[in-house]
Amino acid sequence: MIDERDLIETIEAERYELVEESAYNFTFDRRDFIKAFGLGIVFIVPAARVLAQQRGQGESGRGGGNNQMPTDIDAWIHIDEKGEVTAFTGKVEVGQNTRTSLIQAVADELHVPVASVHLVMGDTDLTPFDMGTFGSRSTPTMAPQLRKAAAAAREMLIAMAAEQLKVEPADLRIVDARFLNHDKSKTLTLAEVAKGRKLVKVIPDNIAITQPKDWTVAGTSVTKVDAKEVVTGKHRYTSDVRRDGMLFGKVVRPAAFNATLVSTDTKTAEAMPGVKVVTDGNFIGVVAPDQQTATKAANAIAVDWKSPGQPSNAELFDLLRKPTSAGGRGGGEGGGGGSRPQGSIADGLAAADKKLEKTYTVAYIAHAPLEPRAAVAEWVGDKLTVWTGTQRPFGVRSELAEAFHISEDKVRVIVPDTGSGYGGKHTGECAVEAARLAKAAGKPVKILWTREEEFTWAYFRPAGVIDIKSGVKNDGTLTAWEFHNYNSGASGIQIKYEIPNNDIRFHQSNSPLRQGSYRGLAATANHFARESHIDELANEVKMDPLEFRLKNIKDERLRDVLQAAAKSFGWGKTRPANGRGFGIACGFEKGGYVATCAEIAIEPPSTSEDKANKRVRIVRVVASFECGAVVNPLHLKNQIEGSVVMAIGGALFESIDFTNGKILNPHFANYRVPRFSDMPLIEIVVLDRKDIPSAGAGETPIVGLAPAVGNAIFNATGVRLRSLPLAPRGLS
Amino acid sequence: MAKVASLSVNGKKLPVDVDSTVSLLSVLRNDLDLTGSKYGCGEGQCGACTVLIDGQPMRSCITQVGRAQGKQITTIEGLEKDGKLHPLQEAFIKADAMQCAYCTSGMIMSASALLARTSKPNREEIIRGMNGNICRCGAYQRIVEAIQIASGTQTSSLRAGGVRTEEPEVTK
Repeated sequence: MIDERDLIETIEAERYELVEESAYNFTFDRRDFIKAFGLGIVFIVPAARVLAQQRGQGESGRGGGNNQMPTDIDAWIHIDEKGEVTAFTGKVEVGQNTRTSLIQAVADELHVPVASVHLVMGDTDLTPFDMGTFGSRSTPTMAPQLRKAAAAAREMLIAMAAEQLKVEPADLRIVDARFLNHDKSKTLTLAEVAKGRKLVKVIPDNIAITQPKDWTVAGTSVTKVDAKEVVTGKHRYTSDVRRDGMLFGKVVRPAAFNATLVSTDTKTAEAMPGVKVVTDGNFIGVVAPDQQTATKAANAIAVDWKSPGQPSNAELFDLLRKPTSAGGRGGGEGGGGGSRPQGSIADGLAAADKKLEKTYTVAYIAHAPLEPRAAVAEWVGDKLTVWTGTQRPFGVRSELAEAFHISEDKVRVIVPDTGSGYGGKHTGECAVEAARLAKAAGKPVKILWTREEEFTWAYFRPAGVIDIKSGVKNDGTLTAWEFHNYNSGASGIQIKYEIPNNDIRFHQSNSPLRQGSYRGLAATANHFARESHIDELANEVKMDPLEFRLKNIKDERLRDVLQAAAKSFGWGKTRPANGRGFGIACGFEKGGYVATCAEIAIEPPSTSEDKANKRVRIVRVVASFECGAVVNPLHLKNQIEGSVVMAIGGALFESIDFTNGKILNPHFANYRVPRFSDMPLIEIVVLDRKDIPSAGAGETPIVGLAPAVGNAIFNATGVRLRSLPLAPRGLS
Repeated sequence: MAKVASLSVNGKKLPVDVDSTVSLLSVLRNDLDLTGSKYGCGEGQCGACTVLIDGQPMRSCITQVGRAQGKQITTIEGLEKDGKLHPLQEAFIKADAMQCAYCTSGMIMSASALLARTSKPNREEIIRGMNGNICRCGAYQRIVEAIQIASGTQTSSLRAGGVRTEEPEVTK
């Protein structure tokens, strides 16, 4: 079993994940389980690494036995007296539909209907510790853990049922939550086995899980389990949580980043009925009985802020090229996701017929989750409970414990299924603010960030500069590849092209804006630069871009997606019409392989803002994706389509404008995100590899669109665009 | 300041006690606990707060509650009738037309207004009619399909296509 915590360094060796390992107190004992879950049977899976350590100490079976509780637990499953199954995971649901796919895994192993399985997610008092929901790890690591728990539970339940029925366990199987013997003369329900029990079973770690070829529930298009709640407006997001006596909070924001408070006048606000003002260092907030009053009171507070001069967009890329004083992890060392250089760039360039040296840039962009950050905080005595939409419930618990100097077992973080994250909700700012105000008010407090606050005070996908120097022979053989990424990150920096001489590095910079994770992280920037450059090289040697790629790629999985996308697109079969262009790109990241073909049209200006410029419209996209065994075809396609659409924004027009510590476009009116009218016809080709373990799929399909579109624009116009966004105000 | 004492929401007259200048969205969510309508931007740009006022789609975040007084307000909570989902609600489930689903209420309300105006919209009409609603997760293609299913202009092809193990094919 893979351990998430050991993987963090290896999969995402970049700081932008914002994952700080936290110390945690694990306090469940056998009695707590019974108290928390009531009657029935609890099955728990000790963490694989605990078992490994114990074996190493020559105490085999300690974690796997039934007498001692392990202290580090990966998963647990409860079966109540009605036979209802509840599984528990620290992962959270942010729209990737992992709630549904994890339930499929449990139902698959237990042989029970999907409807009888419930999943408690992201509740630090109820679920096992988890680093967070990021890096596309839920499918490859959490699903197998839950499967293991469910498979072991199934075997134990069969043994218990056999005892009750006085038959041999081998004579029993579970079908649709019923135990049946060979001739169905003896049956028992799950409820009948769990009834009256008060058991906690530690399950062994040597249980085999069902392989994809034998899946019956996984691998099928199960509907989003809470779809009905959603379409009727009943699902409660954090912003919908209501507590008795709850007040509304509002934070007074500084005039610019890095500002310090000089003086403040709170008299007018304090005179408002029901309003309480809280000042604490640089923090100024208000609480009021309702949202309007809270906003009014916050606006009535006069604050004098002092802020240092800060850079703007105009200087950004020069700034990012400057080395950091800290020396940057991975910078120049090939660490941080870069690799050890191979061969010699000088030799590779000497062997080349054509050499190319180009620079690519990407802008800061915002996640802009439709549900802005929200939190409801409630203190009962010295225990703090916070509902908040975060991708790292346990990380936010640590933030809260630290902020209030209390131990982590005094903090509970509950994450309702959240209005998306895309890597943008790793932090707990809003939770801390709500908790600070709730502490002062002595009552529960809700804070809802405005859209402007979300655009300004969250964090951004890193901007970056990428320099590539390369060489190619006239026959299309790549000979040299030198790649420097400044600031945007190391994800997806590796090449699948066979290039004997390569040197690939990520350099950390001093980012003028707060930056962090994003869907696909830097893989979009690295794929944009690489796949644009590859297209330029193909053009240099007058080769077809698909043929050029296939000539230099041996990896079968990447070749398969490339050929699948090209086939569905009709690559090479037709020529683009006048004013149109075709582009192709491919890539690999986090266990997923993607190829994207795009057709674009250069059209007359259509909006007032770009009336001097022609418009780029994406007409058609074919995306082919392979991520091992497919868990839920319906939701997988939905994720790929969503990735394609979200990618359009970063590819064509999304960009954060800033100057002197201020964001200049913190509204949907001036930060354009993809809308219905931006949507191309999207065709998805999924390759299902039942022989390969499932990888996550919410991120990687995003990486191919930007380079495919850039390449298509070149194909249509002969103009090579090397900066994302490609055409924020159309083509000039 | 003028007060609003009652609102007609989803066919019921409900007492409230709010200033007429407060946003309708705030009253629905905070005073009436009808939280299906969402705050997404507060500027009428994203459509997550869309409700119907006398059948017209309105951005409740920028609509003062006083302007909804005496009119029939319909929210997402009012679409289900006698335990039966509205055809759009059924179609959104069928087409899997959601991811995080924060936009879904607003999408369904905007779509219901669209279908009231144009019972069988074509793709371009759907795109034009829905362009004020943002789905940041990018489920637009499925939302279009859901509206087509609900209006009887298309049956779902999403499930039928499935996933291939050998010869890849295109599914839309």
